[in-house]
Formats: sequence, C-alpha cells, structure tokens
Amino acid sequence: MKYIDEFRDGALAGNIAANIAREAAAASGYRLMEFCGGHTHAISRYGIADLLPANVRMIHGPGCPVCVLPIGRLDQAIRLVRQHGVILCTYADAMRVPCSDNLTLMRAKAGGADVRMVYSTQDALHIARANPQRQVVFFALGFETTTPPTAVAVRQARLERLQNFSILCNHVLTPAAMHAILSIEGGAGLDGFVGPAHVSTVIGSRPYAPFSTDYGKPVVIAGFEPLDVMQAILMLVRQINDGRAQVENEFTRAVTPEGNPKAQALVAEVFSLRESFEWRGLGTVAGSALRLRSEFAEFDAEARFGVEYVAVADHKACECGAILRGEKRPQDCRIFGTACTPDTPVGSCMVSSEGACAAHYSYGRFREAAR
Amino acid sequence: MKTAKRNFARTLDLAHGRVEMSHGAGGRAMAQLIAELFAAAFDNPYLATGNDGALLAHAQGRLVMSCDSHVVSPLFFAGGDIGCLSVHGTINDVAMMGATPMYLAASFILEEGFPLADLRRIVESMANAARTAGVPIVTGDTKVVEQGKGDGVFITTTGVGVARDGITLSGDKAQPGDAILLSGTIGDHGMAVLSQRENLTLDPPIVSDTAALHGLVEVLLDSGATLRVLRDPTRGGLAATLNEIAKQSGVGMMLHESAIAVNEPVEAACEFLGLDPLYVANEGKLVAICQRQDAQRLLEAMRGHPLARRASIIGEIVEDAHCFVQMTTRMGGRRIVDWLAGEQLPRIC
Repeated sequence: MKYIDEFRDGALAGNIAANIAREAAAASGYRLMEFCGGHTHAISRYGIADLLPANVRMIHGPGCPVCVLPIGRLDQAIRLVRQHGVILCTYADAMRVPCSDNLTLMRAKAGGADVRMVYSTQDALHIARANPQRQVVFFALGFETTTPPTAVAVRQARLERLQNFSILCNHVLTPAAMHAILSIEGGAGLDGFVGPAHVSTVIGSRPYAPFSTDYGKPVVIAGFEPLDVMQAILMLVRQINDGRAQVENEFTRAVTPEGNPKAQALVAEVFSLRESFEWRGLGTVAGSALRLRSEFAEFDAEARFGVEYVAVADHKACECGAILRGEKRPQDCRIFGTACTPDTPVGSCMVSSEGACAAHYSYGRFREAAR
Repeated sequence: MKTAKRNFARTLDLAHGRVEMSHGAGGRAMAQLIAELFAAAFDNPYLATGNDGALLAHAQGRLVMSCDSHVVSPLFFAGGDIGCLSVHGTINDVAMMGATPMYLAASFILEEGFPLADLRRIVESMANAARTAGVPIVTGDTKVVEQGKGDGVFITTTGVGVARDGITLSGDKAQPGDAILLSGTIGDHGMAVLSQRENLTLDPPIVSDTAALHGLVEVLLDSGATLRVLRDPTRGGLAATLNEIAKQSGVGMMLHESAIAVNEPVEAACEFLGLDPLYVANEGKLVAICQRQDAQRLLEAMRGHPLARRASIIGEIVEDAHCFVQMTTRMGGRRIVDWLAGEQLPRIC
C-alpha cells in the first residue's frame, strides 16, 4: 500500500539496523523511552527489538490512553451508566480495562448497562440526536490527539442546543507526563526519548524544548511506522554519542515546530487546565489534564450527574505503575503471563495492544520462553 | 410441504409484506410462507415429500456432520449476504474434514416485522448458492420471535457429507517439518462487512470472499499430496485457526509475513481502523498443512483452481512445547501471532 510499504521496507530496516549496531558500539548502553503506545505497538508488532543490539534498550513509556487512566476514572464511568442510566459512548480500548468490583465496561454492558463503542465523537453526537429522551455521555479520554475531536463535539452540541449530551472529561497532556517521568531522580534512568507521533502533529515540536534544555535529554519525534522508529533510534544514538541533547524531528512529513494551530485554538476555546489529575503509575500530576471551560460547563457529565472522582488503589501485585514509569519491564512483574494475561488483565497495561504488557505478551513473550 | 398448489386466500405479498408472528405459529400462514417462499426457492424432491425430516438414501460410508449459526450485520454486504454465507460456511466445514458435502438443513429465526422482500432475497441467495454447489437443502425449520428479540434473521445450517476413503484430516495431525499453505488473501470477508457496517466508503469497495470450497478440496485431495489438516480460517481469522491447530497438534509454527497476501483495500481499511488482518474473518479461504516434500505439488494444485490463484506457502510447523505461532516480519524481526484476546478492538489513536 502506497505511503505505508515505503515505511515498512525490510531492506531499509536492515541498513538502519546495521548503522545502529555500528554506532551504538560507542557506549556501553542506551536506555531510550518511546513515550507513545503507538511506538510500543510498532516495536512489538514488527519485531524491532530483534533488529537492535543488546545495549540499546527500549523502555515503554506511559503514552497509552487507557493505561494511564486510574481505576477511579473507570468507576466513575460505570457509576454514570449504572446509576444514572445514561448511554455511555466510549472508544473501544477502554471497554476491557478492569476496575472496582471485578467490573469492566464490557461486563457492565453484559449486565444491561448501555455502553456503546464508537469510532469518533461524531458517532456519540449522532447517538444523542437519535435518542433525545436519553442522556448520552461521551467518555472523553486520550492525549492531545483525541482532544480536538472532543472539542469539536462539545462546540457542536452547544450550537445544536443538545440538552442530552455531555462528556466525562479525562483528556491528559503529554509534556506534563514527560516532566513527571523526568522528575524521578532527575531522569537518571533515561538517555533519551522517542517523541510522540500523532500528539506532535497537534502540539508541534516546540513543547519538547525543555526536555533538552532543562533535563539534557535528546528527543526525536518519530512516526508510528517501523522505519520511523528505527531511524529515530539511530538519531538518538547519534545525539548521545555526540553529547548533544536536542529536539529533532524525524516525522517531518506530518509534524511542524508549531503543530496544528487550528486544533490548538479549538482546544483552548473549549478546555482549561485542571490543577491536578491522578495518573495511573505517575500519581497526581499538577497541570497534567484538561477540564471544560466554565462557558461549556453544562456539558460536563461530572457536574451534571454529580459523580465525584474517588481514588482507588491499584491491585497489590500489579506493577503497571513501575512499568509506566519505565522502572520495570513487563516480564519483571510476577503476575505477568500468569494471573495477568490479555484475557484476564489485572492491570491496564495488559489491556490495550498499545500497553507495554499486552504488547510484550502478545508479540514478544517467546523471548523469555527461549531462555 | 406438498408443492401442489394450495388454496391460500391470497398469495404472500413478497414485495411489501412483513414477517408476522403467525408465520411461525404452525397454522396456515406458516404453511404458506414455507410453500411459497422456502420450498419454491429450494425446490428439491426431499422437501417435496413434505415430511419433517429427510431420508438420506445416498449418504454411505464415514459420515461427516457440521453445523454453523449465522448472525451478521449488515445482512447484505458487497460480495454476498447472510443467505449464501450460511450455505458456504457449512459446506466448507464439512469439506475441511476431507468429505464431499451432500445435504444441508436450514433453520431460520425470523424477527417479527422483517420485510418479506429482504427474506426472499436471502432465501433466493441460499437457493442459488446451494444449487451452484450441488448440495440441496433437504429439510428446515422456521420460528418467529417478537420484534426486538432478534436481529432480522438468524440462520443455522447443518451439513452432512461423506469422507473420502482413506482420508482422515484432523487438527491434531500437524508434525514438525510440515508445510503450511494458505489459499489466498486474508481479511476480505471481515472487512467487507465491517466497512459496510461503519459506512467506510472505499474505492474499490471491499468484496467478501464468501465461497464454497469443496471443489478446491477435491482438487487438493486428488493432488496426491499427504494432507494432514485442512481448515477454513473464519472467525478470529488466520491467527485463530493456526493457534487452534498448533494447540491441537502440540506444535509451534513459524510463519513468514511476506508470504501472506492481503488485498490493498483490506490493508487500508485495517490500517484505518487499527485492526490486524491476521485476525479478520475469511469465508472463502483455507489453510492446508501437508508433508514438507509435497508442498510444491499441493501449491501447484491449489493455484490451478480459480478460488486459490494467490495461494502460497506461508510457513512451517516447528517443535515448540509452548505451541507458539511465530512470524518473521517483513522488517526482519520476529513476533508472536497470538490468540485473539476477547474481540479485536480498534485502538484509540
């Protein structure tokens, strides 16, 4: 397929792999975090780990929307749909995330709750228009990529005076999460970042500047195709070898320094910064998430239905937190692959194929088996 | 169910009428629906006897039996509909046992209010598929459920066939060293249905591969290759089928991504929706596992059949106590092709 095959070319991958192997001989180790779940997925699905030398280690970051959502946020969604009888529209990934009382949105649905999987915010609006007698709540989650479409839907709902539409807002911010990771021992455990692809198309490359200037970490923004990831790894190895810490952009076909101003303006019009937000794995992070501006408060499902956020502790044995912080690998968790599998996920990292644990289990667990 | 003309007050309004509760109540309305729609379309001597069962005089030897329920939304899609699908699906399940499918039974659950015009389209599509395949629908049943308690039409078909002498195919027969062959592209059926369901307009549109494979199976059995396993990778796609076989046989598999063909629109739709074609359903493809030295011969036999022009050898059976299905990627790496966890869900971004 045009524009896809070019970025999955095995021969080119071999060339880049040879360059990485040669140039990475310069140092004893390279610990690189790919922030995004999209990259984690690509690395696993295309077997990129096999193309890297042993001293280049990829650490899977927290950029998976459902992985960072704490249990309490899912509980809130379940309370909305079970106690308030709303139609809850959600992106599919969130359906299987375990929360309190051994529930998931999917199980709640099987128990009679009206949970509907949608592909876009427009689907949710459509459902609201088609069911004027029902309250319809869109479970708004994700990083900067999915925020603009939510903003569009809220604006549209106000324009149409849709009385039965609201959102449960859980939109979060990438740079804040990167700051949180680097605040752990000053980021001593990391040598550089493979920067987000789709998020960067919206926010641009500028917001990453502090990671190079303040923390001295190189960042290379990369597309989600396997060759993008390989090339970004090579660029990071080169920066580290040269002693540079810059924001470089491998994904120039989609990302500019300023990003997408129209999308940014939309988001700014509809959302404002939350003082703090609890993340799974990172704890409570200041200024790391969005809420609806007061002008749009009528579309806030939390206020409309009075469902408050109640923090819930993660499962004791689950290491999702440490894995999301890059401190542990999925296979270091003692319930990985035993009690916790994609069919019986205990933690959120085992749910989405972008989650570090699910990606490793589904695509890479033969590596441990071979030992 | 005599085909002789009955004295119904007026003929069924197949253009504008709808399914009513009375069509499943056992009275005259039901008899009329059966006579004017089902028996008229399926038209064969078995149905003409009007009995509740069919006497299968010609089924002798080792019998194979299989049944399959069909629930699909939308009911009509590019390349087929629930009608032909329900015929092909069961014929294929019988054929994968190395058998010649001979008879079909069909059971319908209809939802009150379903347009008779749509029902006629479905029944005619079934009749046409059965006739083309040479496998008659010899008995059947109809029930009607209240509106809201069904999804238009559910169809369950059962097939009976006779296994060829000396041939025993089974999912537990794969052995290390065997070759794995695939009869063509993957994901066509699932993406045809899904793209229509989600109103994805693709140019050209994705067309379901739904087809009866018993003719192709005959060719494979005639090729003289030592076949171990035949299976059609339907629900759960190629990945599910291969994992089932690996587990049944207690072996591993090593596939080669570059050998697995995917039509471009299918690949595009999968990219768009965040799905992996390995897990998407097929309705007109088969996987064949054979002795290594027969692989080339089997491949040539496959490619000689119109339904398997794009057949390829996609991998081999290996020893593996974990029963992992693995794949060398086009990038030169390696990955597991795992069982599907739950249902395949699109990713957020």
